[in-house]
Formats: sequence, C-alpha cells, structure tokens
Amino acid sequence: MATAVSRTTNPLLLLIVLAVLGLVISARRTEAPWARAFKYYAGMALIVIAIRVIFRAVFASGITPTDHILFRLPHIPTPSWYAGIQIGGPVSLEAVLSAATDGLRLACLLCCIGAANSLANPKRALRVLPGALYELGVAITVAISVAPQLIESVLRVRRARRLRAGRTSGFRALRSLFLPVLQDALERSIRLAAGMDSRGYGRAGRATPRTRRLTAGLMVAGMLGLCVSVYGLLGGTTPRLLGFPAMLAGAILCCAGLALGSRRVTRTSYRPDPWQWAEWVVAGCGVTSAILLFVNLGYDASALNPSYYPLRWPTLPIIPSLAILIGLIPAYAAPPPSRAPRTTIAADPITAQKTKMAA
Amino acid sequence: MIVFDQVTLTYAETVVPVLRDVNLRVDEGELCLVVGRTGSGKSTLLGAINGLVPHFTGGTLAGRVTVDGRDTSKYPPRELADVVGVVGQDPVAGFVTDTVEEELAYAMEQLAVPPDVMRKRIEETLDLLGLAELRNRALHELSGGQQQRVAIGSVLTAHPRVLVLDEPTSALDPTAAEEVLAAVTRLVHDLGVTVVLAEHRLERVVQYADRVVYLHGDGTVRHGLPAPLFAETSVAPPVVELGRLAGWAPLPLSIRDARREAPALRAQLAAREIPPARAIAQPSGPAALRARKIVVRYGDVLAVRGLDLQLAGGQVTALMGRNGSGKSSLLWAIQGSGPRQSGSVDVGGQDPKDLSAAAARRLVGLVPQTPGDLLYLDTVRDELDQADRESDAAPHSARKLLDHLAAGIPDGQHPRDLSEGQRLSLVLAVQLTATPRVILLDEPTRGLDYHTKHALIEIVNTLAAEGHSVVIATHDVEFVAAAADRVIVMAEGETVADGPTAEVIVASPTFAPQVAKILAPLPYLTVSQVAQSLAEMQAS
Repeated sequence: MATAVSRTTNPLLLLIVLAVLGLVISARRTEAPWARAFKYYAGMALIVIAIRVIFRAVFASGITPTDHILFRLPHIPTPSWYAGIQIGGPVSLEAVLSAATDGLRLACLLCCIGAANSLANPKRALRVLPGALYELGVAITVAISVAPQLIESVLRVRRARRLRAGRTSGFRALRSLFLPVLQDALERSIRLAAGMDSRGYGRAGRATPRTRRLTAGLMVAGMLGLCVSVYGLLGGTTPRLLGFPAMLAGAILCCAGLALGSRRVTRTSYRPDPWQWAEWVVAGCGVTSAILLFVNLGYDASALNPSYYPLRWPTLPIIPSLAILIGLIPAYAAPPPSRAPRTTIAADPITAQKTKMAA
Repeated sequence: MIVFDQVTLTYAETVVPVLRDVNLRVDEGELCLVVGRTGSGKSTLLGAINGLVPHFTGGTLAGRVTVDGRDTSKYPPRELADVVGVVGQDPVAGFVTDTVEEELAYAMEQLAVPPDVMRKRIEETLDLLGLAELRNRALHELSGGQQQRVAIGSVLTAHPRVLVLDEPTSALDPTAAEEVLAAVTRLVHDLGVTVVLAEHRLERVVQYADRVVYLHGDGTVRHGLPAPLFAETSVAPPVVELGRLAGWAPLPLSIRDARREAPALRAQLAAREIPPARAIAQPSGPAALRARKIVVRYGDVLAVRGLDLQLAGGQVTALMGRNGSGKSSLLWAIQGSGPRQSGSVDVGGQDPKDLSAAAARRLVGLVPQTPGDLLYLDTVRDELDQADRESDAAPHSARKLLDHLAAGIPDGQHPRDLSEGQRLSLVLAVQLTATPRVILLDEPTRGLDYHTKHALIEIVNTLAAEGHSVVIATHDVEFVAAAADRVIVMAEGETVADGPTAEVIVASPTFAPQVAKILAPLPYLTVSQVAQSLAEMQAS
C-alpha cells in the first residue's frame, strides 16, 4: 500500500488508500496496547498536512502569474543575501493544493506504517526473523518493553516528588526527576540482562569468530545493496539499471549471510506461526496492489500525478483504484481477532507483513 | 549437588570479603534455606551458585563452586542454564516476553529443546504450578503471586536440577505466599529438585527447610540441620523464639510441632492475665483525620469504594488485605497526591487535596512503597538540608530527626548506598521534617530483617507517643502483631474488618501471628508478651 502511495499524488487515490486502511483496522484490530497506536499515527498525519500547507503559504514560492490568488499575507522583506526565500506575500490556490496533496501523501505513508503497527504485536512479528538476526530481534524486544516501563517509572517518581512538595519545573526539578528514573532503568536492565543470561540467552553454539565476522560482513553488504535498489526502484526518476541488479546482488548477499548465520544458531522456537492460506491471501493482496501500481499497466501515468496547471478536477484512473481496493480483501480474509489471544496473534503479524512487504 | 569449596569472594573496590572460606555442600533433593541479616551476603551466595557472581557482577572468587560436577569458573551462567534455574527478587524485572506461555518457553528456546518436547513440558509445568487458566494472559495483568509462579515455571521448563529463589515471597500477601511455597515444596518432594531459597520472613518458610545456611554477617557461614542451628542464630522466626523461651527441645519449627509442645505452657499461662501487646496508653481526643466516602477509580476499576476512615492521634493503625485490595490507593487518596473521584478528607478543618503540595505534606506525610523515589541528591547531608528548606524548618532539624530515628548515618554517604532500613529512616526523617500529624507508610517492612523491623517498631512507637497518628499498609502479620493498636482489613476497596489488633487478627486464619496460632485459644500475639507474663510469674 505504501508503494502505491509513493507513486501517486492523485488526492482521490490517496483518499481511497486511507479509507481502505481505516476499514481493515476497524475490522481486524485487537484490544492490545499496541493496537491503540493508530490514532496517534492519524493525529501525526494531520499535523504533517497542516505543517506542509502552512509552510507553503508562509514561504510563498513558485507563484506563477496565472495562479488564482486566494489572499495575501503581509510581506516581510528578507535581506538581499537571503533572496531565495520569501516570507509572506500572495498565497495561491494551486500552491496550497499541491502542498496539501503532498502532505496527504506523507500522511498516507504514516498511516500505512501506523496500520502495520496497530495490527501486529511487534514482539510477535520479530519472531519470524531468521535465526541470524536473532540478536537484533532481542535488542528491539528489550527496547520495546523498556519504553512503557520508563513511562511508568517517570509517573511514579513524579508522584513521589509531589509528596516532598518538590518543584516540578525547571532544571533542578528535571534533574530530581531523571536521576531516580535513570537509576531505575539501569537497575531494571541489569536485572533483565542477568535474568536472560541465567536462562541461557547467548549460549555459544558452534560458531567460530571467523564465521561470525563473515556473517556480519555479508549482511552489511547485502543490506547496502538492498537499500540502493529500493531507492532505484521506487524513486521512479533514477535509472532502472541501478534498481534490479543491485537488488539481486543485495538479496543474494543477505541470503548467504542469513544461511551462514543460521547454521550456528542452537535455538528452537516454540509454536511458530503457521503460514496457511489466509496468510497467503493477505500477503498476496499486498503484493498484487503494489505490482499493479508499479508496472504502469493499462492507464495513463499522468493520471497518477495530476497537474495543477491548469487547475482541474483530477481524474480517477480505474485500474489503480481497483489495485488499492484489493487491499480491502484482508479485512475479510484474515481470521477475526477472537478473545483468545492465540488466534489473534497468529493472524496479525501477517497482516502487518503485508503492509511491510508492500512498503 | 552444590559444593562450595573454600570460597572467598571479594567485590571490586572493597577490602572486606563478602564470603570468607565458605565450605558448603547441598545434596540432591534438599530444600536449603539461606538466612542472615540484610547485607550479610545472601544474594551473593545465591548468585555464586549459577556463576552470576562473579561472571556478571564482577569481583574475585577464590576457591571453587561446583554444581552437578560443573565448575562455575569454567561455565558462565548461560552454559549452566540447563542445570540451575534462578528467580530473582523482582520476578517482573526478569520477564523477557509478554505472555505466560511464551515466557515459559523462553528458556527452552535458548536451550534448543525440540518443539514437541517443548510443548509437552509447557503443559506439564502449567499443571504443576496451577497456571493452566492463565496460559494466554499477559504477564503484567497477573497478580504478584501468579507472577512469581510464572517466574518459577519459566526456569522449571528447562528441567534444572537446582532451583535458586531469592526472596520469593517478600512482596506477597500471606495467601499468595502460601501458594508459591506450596508449589516449591511440591517440586522438592515430588520431583527431587534441589532448592536453595533466601528469605527474610522466616516464619513462612522455616518449617519446609531440610538444611539451613546461616550467614553471620562477617563473611563466614554455618550450615546444618534447622533445629540445632536455630537454637543460636541472631535471626529467628517467632515460633523459634517462643521455643527458645519455653526451653523446648528439640526446637519446634512448625506450628504443628510447637502446638504439641505447648499444652504445658498454655496451662501455665491460662491462669494469668494477658499483658497488653503494646505498652502505649490508648489515646482519646479529637480525630486527627476524618475521611468520608472515599472513592478511587482507575478507568473502569474501582480501587476504593466509598470507604470511611477515622484516625486518632497517638494510634498506630495497620492496613491489611491481599495484593490489589486498594490499600495503596487509599493512602495516596488520603494524602491528596493520588487520584480521588469523590469523598472528603478533613485534617484539622482542611482537605489536603485542596491545598498545595507543600501545605498538604504538613498535614499528612506519606512514605511510598519505594522510598528511594523521594531521594535524588548525592549525599545524605544534601537530602537533609533540602528537606529543611522544603519544609521551612530550622537548619539541622531533619538531621536531628534522623539521629533520633537511626543514629550514625554519615553525612557524606550516597543515599543509594544505604541499607534498606537506613534509607527508610532517611525518607521518614525527610517527611517528618514537615511535622505532619498523620503519617502513612506503604509497605515499609519489605526487605527488612527482624532487627530492622524491631527498630522500625521503636520508631513507630516514638511517633505515636508524640501524638502522631501512624498508618502502616503491610502484609507482614508478625510486624502488625507487635506494632499496631488497630487493624483494618480491606477487600475489594472496602473495609471488611476494623478493630483492636488482638480482636481482628487472632480470629483470622490468614492474619493470625504464629504465637497466636500456637497458644490458641489464649489471645497472645507476640513472644514478648509471653516473656513478660512468664517473668511476672517468676517474680510473684
């Protein structure tokens, strides 16, 4: 879905994306704490649009004589060495509209990520990581669980500070708040580390230092390759040549690294998530809509990025709209979240994967 | 199973070793109880069993520790995970995952146990510890006792031959503590697991011990069978103290054994009038605090449901009830810093909720569950000076209070380096500098040994004698028997019992102190009462 968004500025298409996301989330969301995150993402998205529009209005630029001027802000003259930027001045309908759609695009991307987050248990999603990335997964898991604990200890210490009638603002208050919280966090993490150590985390297995270094090298190189290729493929303007070979090389390197790393892993996983037809459908929908928008098949590319000169109502291209609507299928194909968390969790990371894959 | 051979352990930057020339042998299938005062090295000894000390904590270990034939100097803790399971003081801090079932699987995943075996062991462990209904629950929703059982289960699934538990019941109410201990004894009796357990509340565990390791506090260790060893330890539960007083031999360690010895003593005491458990005269006068219809709500959960409370000056009130019964919420609501949806509090005509924080703490002082939260400066002296400034008190008044409560805490020490008891005294001094009439203590006895508890009782008595009204929320039955004039029992945010200590706790099966259980139907509460009675008998 995010792929789709990154290739269009057509406001109608973007709104369809938002609607699809909203529906999927309301149909398949759980009661877990991370599931409530979506509204914060939506809030953030609105702020992004607002900032975009305000900046465009204040730092008026790119106004052409044919523009429809909406109103004029008081013009603040800038010094000559700063001539490139104007503050204030006329605000045109075209500029505001293009800023708004640009903002909408960013907002859509944010919502896509938010949707992935609110549908999946982040810890559970990390468990599908291959063995070689296990350490990374654990680091993320610990980081995720530390955040709520930090908030809890900040609240506790703040409450305690009131008992001493301590000041709650200013530098000294900050120090008096953060010292105990920091100590708390440190102690907690030390105890967690001790607990993990005594429960067998990081048992040596059969790896030699040489293979370990080789694994790390392969992974870094592979990741670099993948990053370059993603930029090449999604950027649209960069040469296609950069995209596919880099992606291929990166993928090969990564796979080699993972295979090598997984060989040394001496761990098993408990009740791994089954990958069944529902998961295939969900993942397939994501990939299909991404591909459809990607191959520019059967529609005019300009319909995806409507022009504002001259100003007119954007057309609604049929195939891309359908491609986005495919994203609706998971709302019905994925098993509904039941009260028994087992099935919920089994279904959810996949929905997330779909969005992540598409992204 | 566990052998300590001439073990001496010294932490970095200290000269005095924590453990000195320790020779110890714990056989398979024993429940070994480690006792000693706070800071005598109990946690260090436990940590040395699986190599967390010194591999994780640093320090120098001379001598040799072997577990199941493996030398801990050669095997780091993670390589011993299949032999030793460790549960720390705070089970929540050790949780890695977020649901019960995943937590139970974690250690097995690390040990590369095949999936089908894993599945089987998890089902067995769920049944063994009575966790089957909780299997899908999130760990943070569980009660303290349930969390502790999950923590034990999470190391048990790896099928360790040794289980190390550091204060497994210190945060639990009496019922939850029994649940956990029942699970532990079942492991020892049915599965032959060797358990090494440290605990301050000896009254809860002493009867289950096969062997006792006593740390003197100077690094040396004595170990042996419980009865002979307890005849002369400086820490002892009430049942042992009563046995020593009455000269019973061999020393009974359980209520059951003590009751068998007790008929003679009961007959002796029956004829006499029972001396009061506490020497302080009951005050009468205007109420120091009057609370009406207190309601505290968190979201949909009613923590306190329309509770009325009246506190008299010079009275020590104990607030009891199981974990989550609303004790802490009530204390915070009365103090005015916590949420309170409705109801009123009247302290000398004012409601602390309507006042500024500085004014509220002059009416009601509260020492929270983690007293360290109130301390944030680098030295004891800075904390005390700050307290004087906050309360507009004369210089050094906080220092005088602290010396009065616990003499000899040096100015230059960092508050974090103080012992639990000293830190509690410091926070109490800080809060008392504001001269509140009502003082609330939330779980002050957690992690305190018997000596420190006695010191705390002295402090509380002094405060009451000065006319303060003291409220103590606690699970510690023995402490309540010795320290409180009045007991309020809460359940689900309501008062279910309220009255003089003797009346409320003697009748209750969970809250009755050991002496009361042994001497029932005579309503004696503490060993000192019995001692006083016997002394009077001899005098006459």
